[in-house]
Amino acid sequence: MTNSIAEIEDAACIFVIGSNTTVCHPLIARRIFRAKEKGAKLIVADPRNIHLARFADVAVTHRLGSDVALLNGIMHIIIKNDWHLKTYIQDRTEGFDEFKAVVEAYTPDKVEAITGVVRTDLERMAELYATNSPAALLYTMGITQHTTGVDNVKSCCNIAMLCGNVGVRSGGVNPLRGQNNVQGACDMGGLPNVFPAYQVVTVEGNNKKFAKAWGKELPDQVGYTITDMVQAMLDGKLKALYVIGENPKLSDPDQNHIITAFEKLELLVCQDIFLSETAEQADVVFAAVSVAEKEGTFTNSERRCLKVNKAIDPVGDALTDWEIISRLSTAMGYEMSYEGAEEIFQEMTPLTPSYAGMSYERLGLDGLQWPCPDSQHPGTEFLHANQFARGKGLFHGVEYLDPAEMPDDEYPYFLTTGRTFSHYHTGTMTRVSKNLDAEQKTGYVEIHPRDAEKLALQNGDTVNLTTRRGAIQAPARISEQVKPGLLFVPFHFAENPANALTNSAFDPIAKIPEYKVCAVKIEKAA
Amino acid sequence: MDYKIIPSICSYCGCGCGVLFQVLDGRLTGTLPMKTHPVNQGKLCIKGWNLHEHVISDKRLTSPMVKKDGQLQEASWDEAIRITADRLQAIIKDHGPDSVGVLVSAKITNEENYLAQKFARAVVGTNNVDHCARL
Repeated sequence: MTNSIAEIEDAACIFVIGSNTTVCHPLIARRIFRAKEKGAKLIVADPRNIHLARFADVAVTHRLGSDVALLNGIMHIIIKNDWHLKTYIQDRTEGFDEFKAVVEAYTPDKVEAITGVVRTDLERMAELYATNSPAALLYTMGITQHTTGVDNVKSCCNIAMLCGNVGVRSGGVNPLRGQNNVQGACDMGGLPNVFPAYQVVTVEGNNKKFAKAWGKELPDQVGYTITDMVQAMLDGKLKALYVIGENPKLSDPDQNHIITAFEKLELLVCQDIFLSETAEQADVVFAAVSVAEKEGTFTNSERRCLKVNKAIDPVGDALTDWEIISRLSTAMGYEMSYEGAEEIFQEMTPLTPSYAGMSYERLGLDGLQWPCPDSQHPGTEFLHANQFARGKGLFHGVEYLDPAEMPDDEYPYFLTTGRTFSHYHTGTMTRVSKNLDAEQKTGYVEIHPRDAEKLALQNGDTVNLTTRRGAIQAPARISEQVKPGLLFVPFHFAENPANALTNSAFDPIAKIPEYKVCAVKIEKAA
Repeated sequence: MDYKIIPSICSYCGCGCGVLFQVLDGRLTGTLPMKTHPVNQGKLCIKGWNLHEHVISDKRLTSPMVKKDGQLQEASWDEAIRITADRLQAIIKDHGPDSVGVLVSAKITNEENYLAQKFARAVVGTNNVDHCARL
């Protein structure tokens, strides 16, 4: 997030696109309701008729995967009405003219044809977003999990810059992080191209800095992303995979493809707190501890580094992840010996400029938001206050492209996937909880009443869902949360694995798979 | 009776809500919202209120395991670490460091992520490090 969670409640307008906020980020949704109480306008755009839409001033259900067209259409209207913030664009951005030329072609008629959103709604969205300042834009995987994920994000940035909403309090472009420490995993260099704090591995100075700190020569070529790794396993290039706290067998797209890839490995090592579906296939499983059994820090969506404290002793012989890594490393001839998590934190901060001013003592109960470059720095509430990271904000003219797979005669429905309110990701943590399991015990497929009638389906009837990649069975849930022609399957449930169906086609830059759109066939089970 | 409350952070979504773990005689018995926390201000969602339940689940792994004769069997830490280290080193020797991949995690701490990528880069010698941010 460029901005902070607390700031949301003081926004004059909130634009939520591709985020089922009340379900996936309930305590951020609470700030949206607070903002509404204070008079903010709320715009919701989501292919499903999500809960938050009921509270919106304008809510649209645009066609799956049509986000670029929708945003271009809104920006077209903003520019036509001269609502854009010209001084901001002139002082703080570049590339506006080229961008404007692209958006020019996205007339309401054209956009309605692609997105299904009518002109009056487009106009209302444009007016609300552009004339209520500051406006905060919130999104999640509904924007990113597409073959055009990067284009979608660029479009979100375009509209925020167009109305001067980046670098202001209660504005911003705010991706809400889906997992407790996705932000931290990225910040700590858990990516194939960067060291901690996004210091690029191919830059000689960075490489030397870390080589010196770690006393070891380091590789200077960018490595494989998770998406590349699967292909490299299938090609026989990747022989060993060490998986820490993840369950790719359920969470990756095109499950049959993943299972074949794992079978080709010489060594699969899993480190987890449960015997996940992935761990079941492993050669070695390391038993790790849960959040309640360790010290350390998580960094939340708003870049706030927060202290986690040990409440109980480890279960059985389980060890903290850092102890396991240290032992393995030492066994491989590179000694790692730390007294505790704090010593690792103290090794990390001088190498990580955005965390350099942090210490466990300073974090306290409230944490600190990066960048926090020195020990006197109070942390940073919102980014890009005076200038963008690159100097001037760059507009990108982005053309709409269809998703990789569109419905056809054989696979006539759109399929999208997501979370439910009581479960989390692949369900390893929530399905073992009595209370959460009681809320939702199985997977299901949401289908519009009109489609259900066509297929003579009653609520709870078992249906077969088939895509070009695989097939699953699930009970039907007849619901107006989806539009006719669209089906939704939650991805928490191993017995109805949504990712047996999803498409592994990915964004060429971000390598993010298109979980949110594919074409599917539905039949009543015999 | 020894009752403690330990401040910590919820490990579900990216909100980062402050929680208080309730510990009675060394057993985790409940999760409460932290009233003063800047993110959640004394509130939690259904997942947060039940955060302790996955911790105390009887399905937790309590020991490392090694596959023998096609079956995962409980092993000692020394054995599990030794087998992994030997096999990783053999693979690195035969096929080079880039034949190894490490998936770090959005579930583990910053300290552990830092160490995991250090392990990949400095110990294995590869930049094949990624995690589920895309997934």
